[in-house]
Amino acid sequence: MYDVIIIGAGVSGAAVARELARYKAQICVIERCEDVCCGTSKANSGIVHAGYDAKPGSLMAKLNVKGNAMMGGLSEELDFEFKRIGSLVVCTKNDDRSKLEELYKRGLQNGVPGLKIVERDELLKLEPNISDDAECALYAPSAGIVCPFGLNIALAENAATNGVEFKFDTEVKNIEYTEGCFELETNKGTFTAKAVVNAAGVYADVFHNMLCDKKINITPRKGEYFLLDKGVGGHVSHTIFQLPDALGKGVLVSPTTHGNLLVGPTALDIEDKEGTNTTLSGLDKITATAGKAVKNVPLRSVITSFSGLRAHEDGHEFIIGQAEGGPKGFFDCAGIESPGLSSAPAIGEMLGGLIAKEYGFEKNPRFNGKRKGIVRPKDLTTDEYNKLIKEQPAYGTIICRCESITEGEIIDSIRRPLGAKSLDGVKRRTRAGMGRCQAGFCSPKTMEIIARELNIPLESVTKAGGNSIIIKGVNKDRIDCEVAGR
Amino acid sequence: MKYDIVIVGGGPAGLAAAVSAYDAGTKSILILERDRELGGILNQCIHNGFGLHTFNEELTGPEYAARFITQVMDRGIEYKLNTMVMDISADRKVTALNREDGLFEIEAGAVILAMGCRERARGALNIPGYRPAGIYSAGTAQRLVNIEGFLPGREVVILGSGDIGLIMARRMTLEGAKVKVVAELMPYSGGLKRNIVQCLDDFGIPLKLSHTVVDIQGKERVTGVTIAQVDENRRPIPGTEEFYECDTLLLSCGLIPENELSSSMGVEMHKVTGGPVVNESLETSVAGVFACGNVLHVHDLVDYVSEEAGIAGRMACEFVQGKVKGSDGKGITVKTESGVRYSVPATINPVNMAEEVVLRFRVGDVYKDAYVSLYINGERVSHKKKRILTPGEMENVTLKREQLLSVGDLTDITLKIEED
Repeated sequence: MYDVIIIGAGVSGAAVARELARYKAQICVIERCEDVCCGTSKANSGIVHAGYDAKPGSLMAKLNVKGNAMMGGLSEELDFEFKRIGSLVVCTKNDDRSKLEELYKRGLQNGVPGLKIVERDELLKLEPNISDDAECALYAPSAGIVCPFGLNIALAENAATNGVEFKFDTEVKNIEYTEGCFELETNKGTFTAKAVVNAAGVYADVFHNMLCDKKINITPRKGEYFLLDKGVGGHVSHTIFQLPDALGKGVLVSPTTHGNLLVGPTALDIEDKEGTNTTLSGLDKITATAGKAVKNVPLRSVITSFSGLRAHEDGHEFIIGQAEGGPKGFFDCAGIESPGLSSAPAIGEMLGGLIAKEYGFEKNPRFNGKRKGIVRPKDLTTDEYNKLIKEQPAYGTIICRCESITEGEIIDSIRRPLGAKSLDGVKRRTRAGMGRCQAGFCSPKTMEIIARELNIPLESVTKAGGNSIIIKGVNKDRIDCEVAGR
Repeated sequence: MKYDIVIVGGGPAGLAAAVSAYDAGTKSILILERDRELGGILNQCIHNGFGLHTFNEELTGPEYAARFITQVMDRGIEYKLNTMVMDISADRKVTALNREDGLFEIEAGAVILAMGCRERARGALNIPGYRPAGIYSAGTAQRLVNIEGFLPGREVVILGSGDIGLIMARRMTLEGAKVKVVAELMPYSGGLKRNIVQCLDDFGIPLKLSHTVVDIQGKERVTGVTIAQVDENRRPIPGTEEFYECDTLLLSCGLIPENELSSSMGVEMHKVTGGPVVNESLETSVAGVFACGNVLHVHDLVDYVSEEAGIAGRMACEFVQGKVKGSDGKGITVKTESGVRYSVPATINPVNMAEEVVLRFRVGDVYKDAYVSLYINGERVSHKKKRILTPGEMENVTLKREQLLSVGDLTDITLKIEED
């Protein structure tokens, strides 16, 4: 029996797991997909919000501001990409300036540091491509951007190296509770635990409602995005938000930690918890509204579009802690929509700490909170790089030409704890295939490396686990069958 | 490391440039190739039809490449495989990477850019839907089938009628897949007529012009795509949607010259071709840096790549030998209008040009029984009737040095399509 089972290896689940790894306890994370970071955590804005949005006094407000403050230190400890570039909420001449001032006041109440309203002159200096209609903006210097995969993977990897078990491709079908013991029925057998953390993203209501009298309802709120080429990544240097108006929150324009430009998201409540498809109307909507706060958004340089689902709970508040009306030891980590990514470090600390206290877990003296990420040759000096190639020649072979990713990095991404098992797994860890050709050239090569490293046939390599196989057969195999009359 | 000429890319352009530079008198040449063998994309083009112009023979891609590889070998021209060029500086210092040499620098007397092109990916096409496995650019599928021996899919829909897509329609059919339809956004095909006949018509594969993919179904692997007709603004027409069950979507929606290196070294780029702006010597805006092949502009036939690369090689040699001056920006820009989308070279300086320069171009629409006209200082000097002109096929006009010198003060060169 485990002390704690965490359902979901998204950023929240991974943050809780890493926090619990500080204690002497048997922890297991159960994930239905083949990898960490496969749901909401992989498809979002990658913004570390400053914290002026949420209602003062709410858990969202508190954890956002705290998570934001923790992010810098954590990124150094766990070696993931984070940049505090600041954000601007732009008020145009057609907007209601009082709404901007409201945001400002709310930010002060929430304890957001450094907030100020900048007028057009200063705004133009900060962002030369700001809309001609822009009059002023709320500047939040503490806002930042993070690699959403990097954060999630780093938390999970560090949890794993400190003894947390991860079970992938394992889907929880049912949970029963009897006398201090939870039984989780899955497609891979039954797991038991003294406590359960429900960090199941858009499915958190399903698990909550299995065991709790007081029901919750989570609506998948679809957000579609355009990702633009690195060549236009410098179009803006801060995260630029539109001032929310009657039509909604609007779309943001932001650089990413990798130097691309991100434009989106839309917001549409849907019913299908698997509805991660992009739509013609959604993409059209981004195109139509992208230019409100930023001029000449270079949408011709789109390299890909994607869509993610926010786990929107009816009360629009994080639900974190012992589940109301549920058995003791069933902890919710639900309704984690924006600013969930920003809050993740604080969510982990809060919920992990709460569980450890509740169960009296002892500190694990061997916990090591440091994690080294994949070596990026671009961060090395020429001498250091050449030394690395001498030791490991695989770092001298470029596999992904668009992002200059070497075979050495790809091998590392597969061999390290909770290593990649698919093309997407490699992509999220190394960026191979994430560039402008979108894996056209490198995917056959990456497939070969995965097959070799995992010792599986090339035909078994998948894009993202499950049935996402890339190769359907060998040449003429069906013709042979037909000729043989089989 | 120091070489007179460094050639970036060992595909058809790089090979032909090397041979011609060598034959013109430069012996210190190095070809840098990122793949594991010379020949470039030709190695995966195992169909025939290459070399009709160059060798008067129908060769397969690997055979065509082998002819040039042999010539390179015979001359003892040096090359490095599995070597990626990471950076080129404006003063022609080439930084490259491989397993043996690590990260190393080469000083080049002249540089020839011959990096080729890449395919436009799904993302750039803004096709809505899921993002499952089973969506390939036609070239990726071609590599899987022809080099690795694997079938990427069994029931296939192809978007785009570029040549690689057409070739792959036939190829996958021959390997046992069912190609259900080829949809083309434009009202005309982007590929060669002979490929439409030999790869689609001969196999009964329908080509739907003015159609596009409006939805992709399947969470893990493609389970189907929806195709719809588009209006004159290329917007899908509601009500025309048709669902095709399939496990694979191939994309053949255009090729983009791969000019990351060129751009970062400050080479001026052409808005239409996506390649460098070059003068009569195929020299870019950076002196001593030449370009040829698909990195310069996307070609229809490899024969023209070889021909063009031959010129680049010769000019690079003349530059190294000091016979031609570097780019001085004094050329006259070739004006392209009424249907002509671009011209390569884009500028001509008659003082520096050879006896003849071939202007290569593509048209923006389909023209029947129209004329390709060349004007010098407003006077029509060439008027050639063409039965058909299509965007999928490259056209050319030969410009003679004497034509330019005879007008005295050259002010204007214009290329256009005329009805009569």
